[in-house]
Amino acid sequence: MAEVLVVVDATGGAPKKVSLELLTLARTLGEPAAVVFGDAAPLDAKLKEYGAAKVYVADAPDIEKYLVAPKATVLANLVRDKQPAAVLLPSTQEGKEIAGRLAVKLDNGLLVDAVDVAADGTATQTVFAGSTIVKSKVTKGIPLITIRPNSVTPTPADSPGAAAVESVAVELSDTDKLATVTDRVAEKKGSRPELTEASIVVAGGRGVGSAENFKLVEDMADLLGGAVGASRAATDSGFYPHQFQVGQTGKTVSPQLYIALGISGAIQHRAGMQTSKTIIAVNKDGEAPIFELADFGVVGDLFKVVPQAMEEIRKRK
Amino acid sequence: MKIVVLVKQVPDSGAERSLRADDNTVERASANNVINEMDEYAIEEALRIKEAQGGEVVILTMGPDRASESIRKALSMGPDAAVHVIDDALHGSCAVATSKVLAKAIETQNADLVLCGAESTDGRVQVMPHMLAERLGMPAVTGARKLTIDGSNLTAERQTEEGYEVVTAPTPAIVSVWDTINEPRYPSFKGIMAAKKKPVTTLSLADLGVEPNEVGFDGATSTVIEHGTRPPRQGGNTVADDGDGGTKLVEYLAGEKFV
Repeated sequence: MAEVLVVVDATGGAPKKVSLELLTLARTLGEPAAVVFGDAAPLDAKLKEYGAAKVYVADAPDIEKYLVAPKATVLANLVRDKQPAAVLLPSTQEGKEIAGRLAVKLDNGLLVDAVDVAADGTATQTVFAGSTIVKSKVTKGIPLITIRPNSVTPTPADSPGAAAVESVAVELSDTDKLATVTDRVAEKKGSRPELTEASIVVAGGRGVGSAENFKLVEDMADLLGGAVGASRAATDSGFYPHQFQVGQTGKTVSPQLYIALGISGAIQHRAGMQTSKTIIAVNKDGEAPIFELADFGVVGDLFKVVPQAMEEIRKRK
Repeated sequence: MKIVVLVKQVPDSGAERSLRADDNTVERASANNVINEMDEYAIEEALRIKEAQGGEVVILTMGPDRASESIRKALSMGPDAAVHVIDDALHGSCAVATSKVLAKAIETQNADLVLCGAESTDGRVQVMPHMLAERLGMPAVTGARKLTIDGSNLTAERQTEEGYEVVTAPTPAIVSVWDTINEPRYPSFKGIMAAKKKPVTTLSLADLGVEPNEVGFDGATSTVIEHGTRPPRQGGNTVADDGDGGTKLVEYLAGEKFV
């Protein structure tokens, strides 16, 4: 069976959930081969469990020191060398950027933000705020596709992969070493799951009223083990940091459960969340458009409804 | 310092958008077409750099005839000139082919800096800066929320999933910006009047040395097989809070096995 390269994203010594989703999907297209940038040893067990037959490891300081370009160069050489049947990357900003460079290097078609890929390489994408479904195909080269997190249920393989480790040479050109990362700063997130990967997202909007009040949104998220999101109105007002923004100019999320607190549901916000499996809304304004897509809605004061809900959840635990 | 700002005309993201039934491309004829919102922040950033350090700001757009409205609108904010890449053969171009054309157009400008929005509201693909960087041998720094130019070096703070990174790069470089970087100005009446007289150079594929079969549907590296409309979500049960809204919410969550 032909190899399908899966670019692995890892954090804190473990593959991110999206990487396990990609391996699960890759198994339907061929034989998964993981591509790891950095130290692969802590990831091996999980990659094996999810069916990786091979693990290609590119480990060199230059890969983290310079933005994107080194990873694309390594990957392009790997594709030329191994002639895989397809390449899958996570639809994160970096995943898409690596894929973009790869497409130019190989003069190969590129599809981004797929939510599914059929055995023949046909990708399903949702566009225009989830209102339109598109089926598309790469017509030049191999399927080079980025997959949106939370699109596939990650499932361990029936029998574990061999996960045979093969070291990959990191040979970079001068133009790969132009954008130098001089500092990386982590901002507040705590132990919460990553917004785009979370199964549950609790998001606050203008109705939350202030940065201090966002504590309530955070508390609700923590009680449910979810991530915190915010509408543009909330981030523009400085209630919550911009990188947690959900919507047209922020993140697109597709969790099992999305709880919108004090969010009216403007079309730009819906663009980022309306493919969520279940949507719950709490808003004072019964006419708010968010109720048009909520599976369950409460018209009321979120500062009364949410504390009561939290109390009830604690009781049931 | 010469700054080229990439500006894309897109259908208004605040209204219903669709794909054409005949060729699966974005419906532009009936849509309200506007400047991609994120690009306005790129224009603003270019103008601020010019105001601080001197130089020239040039708008670069690839698009059909009607994109000229967006070019004039962009010029009314203050840039000096514009380049409009226009050719019937471009219709249906994929991202890979688009990057080929834009890279050629950028090469005609000898720019020190290329700025653009972090994403377009129609495709949201986010790949163009790195595709262009790959073709031009320039560094690309995406998602900047702060940008400082010091001689022939730039420093940018860029948003990441976890927080932010500080990145340095030599110019010429490509930088994409988020809407957190500044607050774009509104065109003044004077700016709108002045924009009418600013030079707009049109470039065809022949001018850029690109063959028609390298772009459009013929040169596309991917194809849309079909598209359909997703059934709109149906709103479910909405209750008014009569003092037990929180409890009812949790009852619903429990019914769905979330708690």
